[in-house]
Amino acid sequence: MIALLRRDLMLAFRAGGGFGLGLAFFLIVTILVPFSVGPQSDLLGTIAPGVLWLGALLACLLSLDRLLALDFEDGTLDLLATAPLPLEAALSVKALSHWLTTGLPLVLAAPVLGVMLNLAPSGFVWLVSSLAVGTPALSVIGTFGAALTVGIKRGGLLMSLLVLPLYVPTLIFGAEVARRGAQGLDPVTSLLLLGGITCATIALMPFASAAVLRMTLR
Amino acid sequence: MTLSLRDLAVARGGVPVLSGVSFDVAPGTALILRGPNGAGKTTLLRTIAGLQAPLSGQITGAEDTIAYAGHADGLKAMLNVAENLTFWAEVFGRKDISEAIETYQLEPLRDRLAGTLSAGQKRRLGLARLMVTGRPIWVLDEPTVSLDAEAVGMFARAVTRHLAGGGLALIATHIDLGIAAQTFDITPFRAMPDDRSGASDEAFL
Amino acid sequence: MSLWEYANPVKFLGLSARVQPYLWAAAAICVSVGLTWGFFGTPEDFRQGSTVKIIYLHVPAALMAINAWFMMLVASLIWLIRRHHVSALAAKAAAPVGMTMTVIALVTGAIWGQPMWGTWWAWDPRLTSFLILFLFYLGYIALWEAVDDPDTAADLTSVLCLVGSVFAVLSRYAVRFWNQGLHQGTSVPVATGGRTVADVFFYPLLVSMIGFGLLFLALVLYRTGTEIRLRRTRALLARQGRDA
Repeated sequence: MIALLRRDLMLAFRAGGGFGLGLAFFLIVTILVPFSVGPQSDLLGTIAPGVLWLGALLACLLSLDRLLALDFEDGTLDLLATAPLPLEAALSVKALSHWLTTGLPLVLAAPVLGVMLNLAPSGFVWLVSSLAVGTPALSVIGTFGAALTVGIKRGGLLMSLLVLPLYVPTLIFGAEVARRGAQGLDPVTSLLLLGGITCATIALMPFASAAVLRMTLR
Repeated sequence: MTLSLRDLAVARGGVPVLSGVSFDVAPGTALILRGPNGAGKTTLLRTIAGLQAPLSGQITGAEDTIAYAGHADGLKAMLNVAENLTFWAEVFGRKDISEAIETYQLEPLRDRLAGTLSAGQKRRLGLARLMVTGRPIWVLDEPTVSLDAEAVGMFARAVTRHLAGGGLALIATHIDLGIAAQTFDITPFRAMPDDRSGASDEAFL
Repeated sequence: MSLWEYANPVKFLGLSARVQPYLWAAAAICVSVGLTWGFFGTPEDFRQGSTVKIIYLHVPAALMAINAWFMMLVASLIWLIRRHHVSALAAKAAAPVGMTMTVIALVTGAIWGQPMWGTWWAWDPRLTSFLILFLFYLGYIALWEAVDDPDTAADLTSVLCLVGSVFAVLSRYAVRFWNQGLHQGTSVPVATGGRTVADVFFYPLLVSMIGFGLLFLALVLYRTGTEIRLRRTRALLARQGRDA
């Protein structure tokens, strides 16, 4: 398992690995928001939590189609399926490496972008903690979407269509935490619900992902 | 550890391609599968490797013992030769890659990125992967594609040594490998057009 | 004789051909009686005026939109566990019908909402839940279309239906948490046995709901038959190709 994680991280950081693309996308989307809604800082401050959450979600989505497609094309998935490591574990590791290379940088970059969007000072802690708790769920659910569409030519767009509705609960609770935090309300309930969703998806989704991947490899 | 097939039927895309296949491969021996293109060699090997379920029949001795090499080598272009091999060794819970490197004469290429290798060199690396798995049964699908005569010799020596160590091998190929092995022609086992038992469409006819 | 006998496509086609004429007739009668009674035979609501009458389209469509997904869920489970082809194809056949019902519910809701709430659309929990349900239908149908091998497609869509159901329920509660909403309470709360609608409105509504249920059943049987014949054509062509 550690070997797989190390390899995936190594591949992500080498040339052409796509590390940082999600982060750059997040950056650009956030910078484009003031251009589209106007530079009034109070308006930006109001929508900042939602914009940052939506940007993070889209950045996660963007990097998903590389998650399994490359391993599928070069035969690695076939070989992994015959290896002693269960496919459920392999996919959990894949989701973890996706989070480390995409979700975690987003969490760390979010406060900087929060400043640019005039986020209320009380909101920073909650924005970062909501992203930290919520983005792992995005990676795990995304792995399921990637496994569903890995055998399909040009499955990227289809994957967005399948994954985005599954992201709804995470987005609602995540953005709720950030919004309530920024408005000085109590965000703990939402944060706990968000954490519950994340824990449940981490525990259960790899089984669904492995099941559909076996169906595809057959 | 003997690999046994009993009355195996396999399907490709929901259509039966082979039926009634039975054979045994004992430790220390190899079996060469022959048959024209489209006869079902790849499907049979994928079924034995556990990547797809058989329509009917039994496979024994294949549980967690198989190292499979298909048409694709599972190599990462941005990792070098040693990193690729080490990764697969660790996935199978092993460390040592020196024997594999030596057998396929990969030492001079050790630090080259796999993406910069020629097709034949990639294939050698893909075959070297088998040696680091430590699995007793090698299931090989057209292993010699894009190999030159010298590399075929390396492969033959690797297989011979694997067999001498008590391993066994099942190889689908069109060329003569120079390995002492029995040959098994799958052509007679082709599923008859009217025998559609087990086809996914069968219920609709 | 067991129910599973009808998992055989040929048997299923025979039964469905025998049942369908009656089903279509019953559906046509119930829907037309329910709607006519509802539109012309009921008094106008003292607050909502004649706009309330859209309820006879809106509520049955919404009901069937959800029930269609339940039916797909059950059919998917039967396919995954017992691998009966008819079950998978019935789920495939039900999806566009369910999606159409969802669209009808959303559109009639908007038409009703405009004079009542003064807006075509509000991000109300119920409306939003239906919109999310619509997205799930869309993804499900798109996945069926995208996978070449019919059995693999059935497998993948079945798992998607299962996972989607969990997330749909989760979304429903998330959305309710997120916004309390304008929508009135449910018209026919089954669990409590009570009703929030007076009898004079309720009976035509009931007839209309039964009619929509029968219509759904007839459409699904018809479409499942089409899907079975498509698979049969495919199987025959495959056999011919092998003989040649």
